[in-house]
Amino acid sequence: MAKHEQRLSALGAARWRIAGTLTAAMMLIYFGFIALIAYDKELLARQVTRGLTLGILLGALVIVASWILTWIYVRWANAHYDTEVGAMNE
Amino acid sequence: MSALLVLLQAATAPPPQAPAVSTAIGQPNAIAMVFFFVFIAITLGITWWAAKRTKTTEDFYAAGRTVTAGQNGFALAGDYMSAASFLGIAGLVSTSGFDGLIYSTGWLVGWPVVLFLIAEPLRNLGRYTFADVVALRLRQKPVRIAAALGTLSTVSLYLIAQMVGAGGLIRLMFGLSYETAVIIVGLAMLTYVLFGGMIATTWVQIVKAVMLMAGATLLAILVLARFGFNPVNLFAAAAEKYGDAVLAPGKLVANPLDAISLGMALMFGTAGLPHILMRFYTVGDARAARTSVFYATGLIGLFYLMTFVLGFGAMVLVGPDVITSVDRGGNMAAPLLAELLGGTAFLGFIAAVAFATILAVVAGLTLSGAAALSHDLWVNVIRKGEVSPREQLRVARGATIGLGLLAIALGITFKGQNVAFMVSLAFAIAASGNFPALVLSIFWRRCTTAGAVASMVVGTVATLVLIYLSPTIQVDILKHPGAWFPLKNPALVTIPLSFLTGIVVSLFTAEASAREGFAAIERRMHLGARPVGGED
Repeated sequence: MAKHEQRLSALGAARWRIAGTLTAAMMLIYFGFIALIAYDKELLARQVTRGLTLGILLGALVIVASWILTWIYVRWANAHYDTEVGAMNE
Repeated sequence: MSALLVLLQAATAPPPQAPAVSTAIGQPNAIAMVFFFVFIAITLGITWWAAKRTKTTEDFYAAGRTVTAGQNGFALAGDYMSAASFLGIAGLVSTSGFDGLIYSTGWLVGWPVVLFLIAEPLRNLGRYTFADVVALRLRQKPVRIAAALGTLSTVSLYLIAQMVGAGGLIRLMFGLSYETAVIIVGLAMLTYVLFGGMIATTWVQIVKAVMLMAGATLLAILVLARFGFNPVNLFAAAAEKYGDAVLAPGKLVANPLDAISLGMALMFGTAGLPHILMRFYTVGDARAARTSVFYATGLIGLFYLMTFVLGFGAMVLVGPDVITSVDRGGNMAAPLLAELLGGTAFLGFIAAVAFATILAVVAGLTLSGAAALSHDLWVNVIRKGEVSPREQLRVARGATIGLGLLAIALGITFKGQNVAFMVSLAFAIAASGNFPALVLSIFWRRCTTAGAVASMVVGTVATLVLIYLSPTIQVDILKHPGAWFPLKNPALVTIPLSFLTGIVVSLFTAEASAREGFAAIERRMHLGARPVGGED
């Protein structure tokens, strides 16, 4: 039983670590983007190619980054978390 | 929150003068009416079908927990994407360029947070409302009263903004009077929720999400076809016509702290919106809850990426002058673009999409408000859980009627008022009143009843007080020269304040049962169990 409890807290800690890291990454990306808009407008006005400013590119990348972070989490949860939950529910 | 400001100015703008351009906007549009009646007929058919399947409170609040992950992904997107995001952001981009895109990203970034922190624990721990989760190992009565305060504040403010926006928009698009539009929206929504409960609400949201995505995709494709299917050519054309400045940050983010504060409200508010949280109870298990957020993030992100194309498309093809001559808020950018590219028929479809969008959001809001009134306050506080299933369903329906009529009354009362700030306020309350208590109760062993209640009450009240003292009300509405509190949105202060209050009060109050209950919470959060959220 004690082993079961240990396994559960290890699982909880692992989930919290992943969730915390990914939340921090999302905050860093979004607030980084906002900070650039606020403090370095010139950088974002720079055109990568004619018509595409760094601002538009990074704005689109914030959305793509949200997709990637959710995908990382879902992949981890489906592969590791669910397997462990399944094993413990046996 | 200028995107919303822009949207809701439509409600306060005088009826559109005959614009210099020829457009069918503002006149009764036969094709729009046809699409509108088809939508109403389909959704009433769904409601009739759903009503036969709504027999228990579990059906009424949680669609019998039979919604699939894919369906819930669409329903979440339909619940979340309001007319502000479709018409408001497209309009903002078309008139001010890059600055509008700041909102396109802000409205999405809350979704990963919902996935990482909230969706799965909520599904495994709760039953109908987020108060179920907070109250699980704490004392029911104080927690549910405080949670209902946060829920009802969020829902009422959001409802006012949606109803006032609906009245203005529908008047603009169909030529109906403001009051008629508000009453139609209120009665249609009331019919869905009252008879079809969560099953009908879910399908209305799915139909809306499909219509919105289809309309936006078609519009984006028609725009891109004019620019060699390369968005960069479109941006270059915009710079050609209106200068390079439209592709770069402008004046919108003048005060960095304002931008960060609004960003925090959007990011953490999504994870505290009662109508969004409630949707996680409709799926079968935690894995389905997880997958549904993944789909929702994909759909919502795709939609906001398309607003880049729609906004700049309207700027180049329609032109900001024409857009603001039809509606000075710029909300008619996407409809005008549709009319230009697809004629009156496409305009009619987009008008119907805007209508469906509002209906789906208000239906979700009303249902979550009804759950707080009946499940949290009536069943668990007043009757202490001793309620027959029949009475529960009766009270839930009574609360729905009350909220539906209240929504109509609020919509008419606030006619012509500037209510734009109310959505940002709703997000700020959700982020400061609901989200911190939810996180503390799920993840922190030492959280106590007093701590959770203090966090919810302080978060909600501080947000209301600070918004009153902010430039949003003092300068924009009351026209005072200055404001005591500098930020337009208080989330930067109120979210940390709410967390801090919850932690400090918990540390100063000992509650053995709350602490001992944590092990069971942890087990159920991960391993799942029969959902128990107060008494049934």
